[in-house]
Order: sequence, then structure tokens, then C-alpha cells
Amino acid sequence: MAIPLSWYLIVAAALFCIGFYGVLARRNAVAILMGVELMLNAVNINFLAFWRYVRPEEPLGQVFAIFVLAVAAAEAAVGLALIISIYRTRKTINIDNIDLLRG
Amino acid sequence: MNLPHIDFSVITPELIVIATALVVMLAEFVGAHATPSPTRSHRIALIALLGLVLAALAAVAGLGRAATDIQGMLVADDLGRYLELVVLLAAALGLLLAWDYLPQFTKMHSEYYALYLLAVVGMMFMGKSTELITLFVSLEILSVALYVLTGFHRGQLAAGEAALKYFLLGAFSSAFFIYGAALLYGDTGSTHLVDIAARASGGFLTLAGLALLLVGFGFKLAVVPFHMWTPDVYQGAPTPVTAFMSVGTKAAAFVALFRVLQAAGVSYATWSLVLALLATLTMTWGNLAALRQSSLKRMLAYSSIAHAGYMLIGVTAGMQLGLSAVLFYLFAYAFMNIGAFAVVSLLERPGYHATQDATIDAARGLFARKPLLAVVMAIFLLSLAGVPPLAGFFGKLYLFNAAVQSGWIWLAIVGMINSVVSAYYYLRVTVLMFMTEADETSFLRSPLSNATGLAIAVAMVGTLLLGIFAGPWLQQLGQAALAFAGS
Repeated sequence: MAIPLSWYLIVAAALFCIGFYGVLARRNAVAILMGVELMLNAVNINFLAFWRYVRPEEPLGQVFAIFVLAVAAAEAAVGLALIISIYRTRKTINIDNIDLLRG
Repeated sequence: MNLPHIDFSVITPELIVIATALVVMLAEFVGAHATPSPTRSHRIALIALLGLVLAALAAVAGLGRAATDIQGMLVADDLGRYLELVVLLAAALGLLLAWDYLPQFTKMHSEYYALYLLAVVGMMFMGKSTELITLFVSLEILSVALYVLTGFHRGQLAAGEAALKYFLLGAFSSAFFIYGAALLYGDTGSTHLVDIAARASGGFLTLAGLALLLVGFGFKLAVVPFHMWTPDVYQGAPTPVTAFMSVGTKAAAFVALFRVLQAAGVSYATWSLVLALLATLTMTWGNLAALRQSSLKRMLAYSSIAHAGYMLIGVTAGMQLGLSAVLFYLFAYAFMNIGAFAVVSLLERPGYHATQDATIDAARGLFARKPLLAVVMAIFLLSLAGVPPLAGFFGKLYLFNAAVQSGWIWLAIVGMINSVVSAYYYLRVTVLMFMTEADETSFLRSPLSNATGLAIAVAMVGTLLLGIFAGPWLQQLGQAALAFAGS
């Protein structure tokens, strides 16, 4: 095998951190959601790499990755619906302006 | 291809709730041209309630039986059955609160109760899962349903904001959770907790994996420093939803945390210090922040953070001593906290305000207006503060006792100091109810509906009975805990 496992793990960790940064730095709710999706997919790389290198005889990693994809899709559906509902009442999805609840 | 044998008796209560959710969803289409009305809503709620009661009966019927499992993914042991009972109890009480609360602001009754039941199913599965994929999926079932329920009051700005915050932080925390799961999988090549326990290397992957899982749990349990969403979400969500999720999510997540930590048993000495520090932070922060709240719901939200901290003391104390105390506390907390939220829901002004939640002033002179209600609310608050002989007192007693017996004396002392601090904000409301005159700021939704009255009565009886029969009940739970710790 030409590419060692650690390379995949490093790419995944880097992607996870980029997503993490996006969540913290972006103010637009949709962009934050994109950051979260990036984090979830970074983990999927981990799952697949671990499956291939640690225990290829059992497809657990693949199964987990598929579940993560399905859950991410459900979350995106609910999340975008919430964002639309907020946009209709407030005309903004900038989270700095959505600050009724505090204290 | 051979299909794996599945023993469906392991998930009987869950199957009942799922079937009820489907029936409730379809109930919308029964009866042509039927307009949504309170009676219709009550009919749907009644079906949902029947499903919850049936599921609880199924769980009770299983108590004491030997543990069975499905492919090592879901296990039906007594710990799981008691968890189901806590969740179903919280769900039933929350449903009674929604009975007359829901028709005030929405016509989508089927959707509400179906999502509600699915959240219940997610919690029940979560407490029974012994495998990371199952755990993750059940966690998401309950979370996604709760995101929608939080924002169910669509005309209200606060509800939408709460739902968005809950969603963004919840999805964010899920990412940490599965990163942790991925690292544990990479370490051991398995997602089954049993295999992870057997094969964990104890090296960097194990530790990092468990730490990330703990972060994910921390968000769901509202543990400081992962609690930022809690006050906003609890304040903005419809009160019946807040009451239900404050108990149900915690119960499910605590039991799941115990299962995960048992898999990590090798390094328990390391983890207990981290857990002790988290418990200290959580209790102290929750109580101090609750001191300066003017909204009743927000105050109870911070108080729920503090209570998660108390329960973390039990987790720190470990399987043998802490688990039964945490289970006892969850039952006590279900009764007293939902009872308090039930009274708060009566103090809220109906209508489409930005935030319609009750301020502490709404409780002014409640004793003069409704003496019985004021006394009952006082009992809930005193129980939350930990005054004997109520359920909350024994809950705290057992937790602190478990801490002392397992050598965490300073943690027990911190817990006691925190109880004293918390008494201040609970008593402040009590004093307002009893010692001040009603004025224009005070409010009470009237007349008191039968369903809310029933919920308050059940919560009241539970708070008193758990106090009186604390010893025998703890022994019951202790057997379940021992069976789990020995397994």
C-alpha cells in the first residue's frame, strides 16, 4: 500500500479543523451549517480509512459512514427549514442579529 | 443469505411507541373535512398518551428479567428498563402539559405529537444501545425531533431563534461525537462497546476518542463549558417541550454515558478526575447564573444545568455506588422539575409576543390568588433545592453519599455548598408567592385545565412518595445498577 494511514488521518483532521473554523468564524447560518457538514464528512474519511487499514474484513466503517451521511442529510433538511422559517419572520439569517434570548 | 436473528422482545416498548407515532401521524387524515379543533387535538393526545402508558407497562413487565440483546447493538437490561420508565414518565407529564397548551398556538397537532413520540423513541433507544452506530443514530433521532419541537411555535421570534441555536450547536456537537466514535473504531476495529472495552489500546486514540465522545455527551447533558445553548433553548421552546426535554435528554444521555464509561473501564481513574472537575464547574456555574435571572424559565434552565452537575457527581463516583444514585435522582428530577415547569406554564401570558415567558414577578401574590397552587409550587421548588423530606433531598443525599464512599469528599462538599446557594433563588420565588401582594405584573392563566392539573398532581404525589419511600426505591434501582456493573 503506497499511501500510509496517517496521511488520510491528517487530511481528515485538517478538514475537520477547517469546518470547525468555519462554524466559529462565519456569521451566516447557512455558512455555519456548511462548516458542520464539512466536519461530518471529515469524520467519514476517518471511518473509511480506518475500515481499510484496521479491519477490512468487517464493513463497520463503511456502514457508519453511510449512517453519518443519512443523518447529515436529515439534519440539513431540518436546519434549512428552520433557517427559512427564521428568514421569513426576521429577514436576516445573520446570527449576530438573532439575539433576542440572552442573559 | 442468512438474515440475523432479531429478538423483538428486546425493543417491545420502543416498538409500541413507534407504532403510536405512526398512528398519531395518520390520525390527521381520519374524518373528512375535519377542522383542527381542541377536541381533535385532545383525541390525538389521548392516543399518544395511551401508547406511552402501554410502553411503560411493557417496560415494567420486563423488570427483573435477564438481559437480552440484539446482535450486541441494543440491550434490554434493568438499567435500560428503568431509563425507559423515566423517559416515558417525563413524556407523559410533558404530554399532559401540552394538552391545552398546544391548541393555543398551533393547529398542527398530529405533527407535534408524532415528533414528540419519535423523540421519546430516540431517548429510549439511546439508553439501551451498546454499540456506537446505534448510539449515534438514536442520539440523532431524539435531537432532530427536538430541534423541530423547539421551534414549533412558529409565529414567535424567540422559538425560532431557540430552535436555530439548538440546531447549530447540536449538529456541531454531533460532529465531535462521531469524531470520537471514529477514533475508537480506529483504535479497536469495532463499534461494539464490549469489543472496545476488550481491545482498547489505552493509547492516544483511546483517550482522544473518549474525550471527543465526552464533549458530545457534554453538549447533550448541558455540562459547563458546553452549556451555552441551554438557557436560550429552554427559554424559547414551548414550555411542555422544555419540561420534557430537560428530563428526557438528560436521562438518556446519562445512562448512555454510563455504558460508554464502563467500556472505558481501564482508565476510569483518569476519567473520574475530569468528571469531578466538570461536575464542579457545572454545578457552580449553573447555580451562580440562576441567581440573577428574572425569567422563570431561564432560571429553571440554569437550575437544570446545576442539576446535571449534581448527577455528574454520581457518574464520578462510578458504577457501583453512583449509578443507583443517579437513577434515583433522575426519577426525582422528573417529578419535581416537570412539576415546576407545569406551574410556570400557567404563569405565561398567551399570545404572540417576542418572548412570552413568565418573569419571576408573575408569581407575585400567587398564594393569595390560588393558595393550593402556590403551596404545590413551593414544594416543587423546595424539592429542587433539596429540602427534606422531599424527593430532591434524598436524591442529593444519595449522590453525595456515593461521592463520600468512593473517596470524593471534596466533591460532596462542593455539592452541598452549591445546594445552599441554589436555595436562594428557589426561595426567592417562594417568598414572592407567599409574602407579596398581587399587582399588575402578576399573572395566572385560568381556569386551570384538567390535564395540567393532573400533571401537577402526579408530579406532586411523585415528589412526596419518592421522599417517603426513598430507601426501598433506591434498593430496587441498586439491584439494576449492580446487575449492570457486574455485567
